[in-house]
Amino acid sequence: MKHRTFFWFFAPTAAAMLLFIAFPIVSVVLQSFFVPHEAVLIESENCGPFGCTQSTMVDQAATEALREEKPLGRFAGLSIYADRGHLAFAEVAEAWRTSESFGAFFKELGDLPFYRAMGFTLTYTFVCTPLLIMLGFAIAVAVNSLHRRLKGLMIFFSLLPMIVTPLIGSLILFWMIDSRGVLGQLIAYIADDPSLSLKASTPLMWVSLIVYGIWSSAPFAFVVFYAGLQTVPQDTLESAQIDGATRWQQIRYVVIPHLAPLVTFVALIQLMDNFRVLEPIIGFQAEAHAQSLSSFIISDLSGETQQLSSAATTSVLTIIGVAILLSPVLVRTWREFRGGAH
Amino acid sequence: MFLKKIAMAGVVSLLGSTAFAGGHGCAIDARVSIVGNEFPAIQTVGAGATECTGAEVSKNLTADHQKINLAGMQGNPAEYTSAIVANSSIVALMNDDVIRPLDDLVAKHGQDLKKNQLITINGKVMAVAFMANAQHLVYRADILEKAGVEAPKTYEDMLAAAEKIRSMGLMENPVGGAYKAGWNLAQEFNNMYLGHGGSFFEAGSATPSINNEQGVATLNMMKALSEYMNPDFLTHDSNATNAEYRAGNVALMNMWGSRAATLTDAEGVSQEVKDGMAIAGPMTVGGGDQAASTLWWDGWTVAKNVSDAEAEATFIAMTHAIRPAILEDGEVAKQAVWLIDGYSPTDAAVGVFAAAQMNTTPYPMLPYMGLMHTALGAELADFMQGKESAEQALADVEAAYTAAAKEKGFL
Amino acid sequence: MSTAVKDRKPLGLKIALWAFVSIWFVCAAFPFLWTLWGSFKVELDFFSIADWTNAIFGRNTADTYGRPFTGAGYDGAFVQEGFFGNAINTMIVCVCVVTISLTIGTLGGYALSRSGQGYVFWLLITALMFRALPQVALVSGYLPVFFDWNVWGYLPTAIIVLVAINQPFTLWMLHSFFESIPKDLDEAAKVDGCTQFQAFRHVIIPVMWPGVITTGLFSFLLAYNDFIVTSLILNEGNRTMVPQIAAFLGTTYTEGNVMFAVAAVVSATVPLFILVMFFQRQIVSGLTAGAVKG
Repeated sequence: MKHRTFFWFFAPTAAAMLLFIAFPIVSVVLQSFFVPHEAVLIESENCGPFGCTQSTMVDQAATEALREEKPLGRFAGLSIYADRGHLAFAEVAEAWRTSESFGAFFKELGDLPFYRAMGFTLTYTFVCTPLLIMLGFAIAVAVNSLHRRLKGLMIFFSLLPMIVTPLIGSLILFWMIDSRGVLGQLIAYIADDPSLSLKASTPLMWVSLIVYGIWSSAPFAFVVFYAGLQTVPQDTLESAQIDGATRWQQIRYVVIPHLAPLVTFVALIQLMDNFRVLEPIIGFQAEAHAQSLSSFIISDLSGETQQLSSAATTSVLTIIGVAILLSPVLVRTWREFRGGAH
Repeated sequence: MFLKKIAMAGVVSLLGSTAFAGGHGCAIDARVSIVGNEFPAIQTVGAGATECTGAEVSKNLTADHQKINLAGMQGNPAEYTSAIVANSSIVALMNDDVIRPLDDLVAKHGQDLKKNQLITINGKVMAVAFMANAQHLVYRADILEKAGVEAPKTYEDMLAAAEKIRSMGLMENPVGGAYKAGWNLAQEFNNMYLGHGGSFFEAGSATPSINNEQGVATLNMMKALSEYMNPDFLTHDSNATNAEYRAGNVALMNMWGSRAATLTDAEGVSQEVKDGMAIAGPMTVGGGDQAASTLWWDGWTVAKNVSDAEAEATFIAMTHAIRPAILEDGEVAKQAVWLIDGYSPTDAAVGVFAAAQMNTTPYPMLPYMGLMHTALGAELADFMQGKESAEQALADVEAAYTAAAKEKGFL
Repeated sequence: MSTAVKDRKPLGLKIALWAFVSIWFVCAAFPFLWTLWGSFKVELDFFSIADWTNAIFGRNTADTYGRPFTGAGYDGAFVQEGFFGNAINTMIVCVCVVTISLTIGTLGGYALSRSGQGYVFWLLITALMFRALPQVALVSGYLPVFFDWNVWGYLPTAIIVLVAINQPFTLWMLHSFFESIPKDLDEAAKVDGCTQFQAFRHVIIPVMWPGVITTGLFSFLLAYNDFIVTSLILNEGNRTMVPQIAAFLGTTYTEGNVMFAVAAVVSATVPLFILVMFFQRQIVSGLTAGAVKG
């Protein structure tokens, strides 16, 4: 295809992405290097329905002059990246010097908000993704072996956790796992501990979030694998049967290799989605126990005073994190692409 | 320039006269656009403003208002001509200089406004308040009577009463509290810390000073209270806390006055809970004489980056929305503790009035208080779960605040 | 896997299979049935704060209404709060997002699959990175600009943003789908004198529907389920269903009406049910036809 033709075909979608994704990223990156001007503070007397108090306020005239001069704000370089709210170099170095063991060091690290959010995000991503792939595969194989009528019904119900709005899905489960909800009661009964509460303990909350993650994403893996199973070459399978392969061997040596590219696809999509996990944390009101990178950005944006530079910095760090996470897949795709082009 | 001013004044006075010609109706001739939170009292104000005729009045009342009001007032002309804010959130608008002084408009159209409705900052009227709010004690009179205790006046009494109720087997977790990690938890800290006589910053500067005796005492009291709460307390916001109360699981809680009037109106609340509900003023703590609570107002502002005509139209419409006549509707009168002329407190308002009479501290209107609030909300959950000491938690709060304040240019 | 193997399963395997399928069925379906059941109760029963069996038998509901079921939540959401308006907004958003993003997505995806140039890889990778972005980060970048241009709050703005956010995934799906359509088809048309666009129109469009429908369904889900973009970009009067449900839940100051939210949740899920019921075959066949080649 000629470059010109390609350009016209690709222009609309490129324009959309450029305007609404690329430009905002540029502005986010810029924002992470600049911070607001130093506020000039003055004493003021504030009066209202509850009387008067001595207080402090920002001197607008003085600040305005600073703003006029440099509309972007103060150039901060990488200092926001290095502060305690983000990579916290000074605090990490300090922790490294003073901790006697790795355990103590990691405990210190867990006290820093960014690393704590990172810790949960990575755990969530790397526990959820493989488990949901396995579960999705198991469901696909099981459903595929059902009778035709049942198959349709099972596909329908299996897709539900995926299609329902994530915020709503997590709210529904959150209501059910309350210590007096139906699932909470069941779990307390099984554990033989009537006071057990999933929401009161950090490990249990993490488990709940991860279970929710698997529940809501396994259907995606399921439907992709199920589609893949429809294209398993029948002759290979039959010859394997003739060679006396057991059921497990058939799956191991014929089906799984056939589905391998799909596993990459599902893993790719799910790694991305899980890395920016947000809705379950909001739905489960889990802020006390788990913060993800996305919820960390939200809390910067929704405070009484918005911290835009801080949110922008976390966003950039998230993008870098995603790039690192996806790099193995990208390298593989690059090889395939070059292989395919020649 | 001078001519222009005269011409402007002429136009403005003309506008004024047309507005009054409308009698108790409300006539405007420029755009009005309101952004604010969505609770019933604000819905009433928003609806009142849209009664005005002559130009378009639009409103956007949403729980996300704080995420959009600043962006929506920074443009020129601003999308919103008015933002409805509280004493915590006006600060963000002041910091970025997007609201205008109202002195001239008050002089012209503010005859119905009471003096104490005017929020003046450094001598200039920046907002007009219409309702007050505070957290105070809500309790179950029947349960307390069974336990043989008086309604607590201090948090120490509250602990003793809770212990009594629990040991008598009346309730498992008799104390309720909006301790959800984040904004709610930080607000409870603020209350208790002020009750202990603490101050958040070193005098006259943005340097934090909460890692002190009062801070530790505050956290210890919060921890002690949480022992009598539902174990899920870190996920309970005021909605969930109220739900516990309605279900009859809670006998004592520190709750927002704005929620008291309708607390037991929901469907399915048992008669026992309805009859037993009682309200008292905020409690003190640690032998202090200052209430462990904060006073709040909600009010409206007018954007800076709009034409004078739009600002005037906005002022007229918003003043119309909070005119004394709206209190004639009994439902409206119940919605809040109104600061409007002619308001007579309902039974549900006694808690807020008691708070005001006890000289409770208003929520601090400092440019950097919001950052402190955010830092408290994020860093205190670890202590409440027993993962770290009070001193460590307070040190973490100060460190988190310092990083944020440096970024925003306050330190 | 299918016919030849099916009949010879040992009993143990059969039982294990059935047990597994049943457990999964319960996991997938139970929360929805539970919520549906609960949506006809009052709040105290639904949350069963006093006793979990209340959620089944509706004791407080019976106390209030004289029978253990009530349509009060639905009445409140639809009649009192006008949830229909939000449903219509969601409809408009979904239809527009799907149409626009498929139109420009098919053109782009087709071009990517037929170009063979080195930059295609980088375009695809860029698209992939775009997809991985946390949307929260983007939205905060939009707000000042949208307010400046006076386009904040309207449905078309949200539609365009959702289309853009959706493009990377659409491009990837359609790119790999078009790869699976033999290049000879349009090459032959070009030899016959067609331009590239004519070849696309007359040769490719008739055979592309399985992949396009599947991709369209995913676009639909994204638009239907979006919370972050719609809650921050739409005006109160233009809200779609999901932000409206969040608004029902209430805030610090105000009592939400949780049962309105539950009824709205159930109502918002119904169209999805119907959609999946009609299109589940297309989802599978579209994916089979190559949209998931990776």
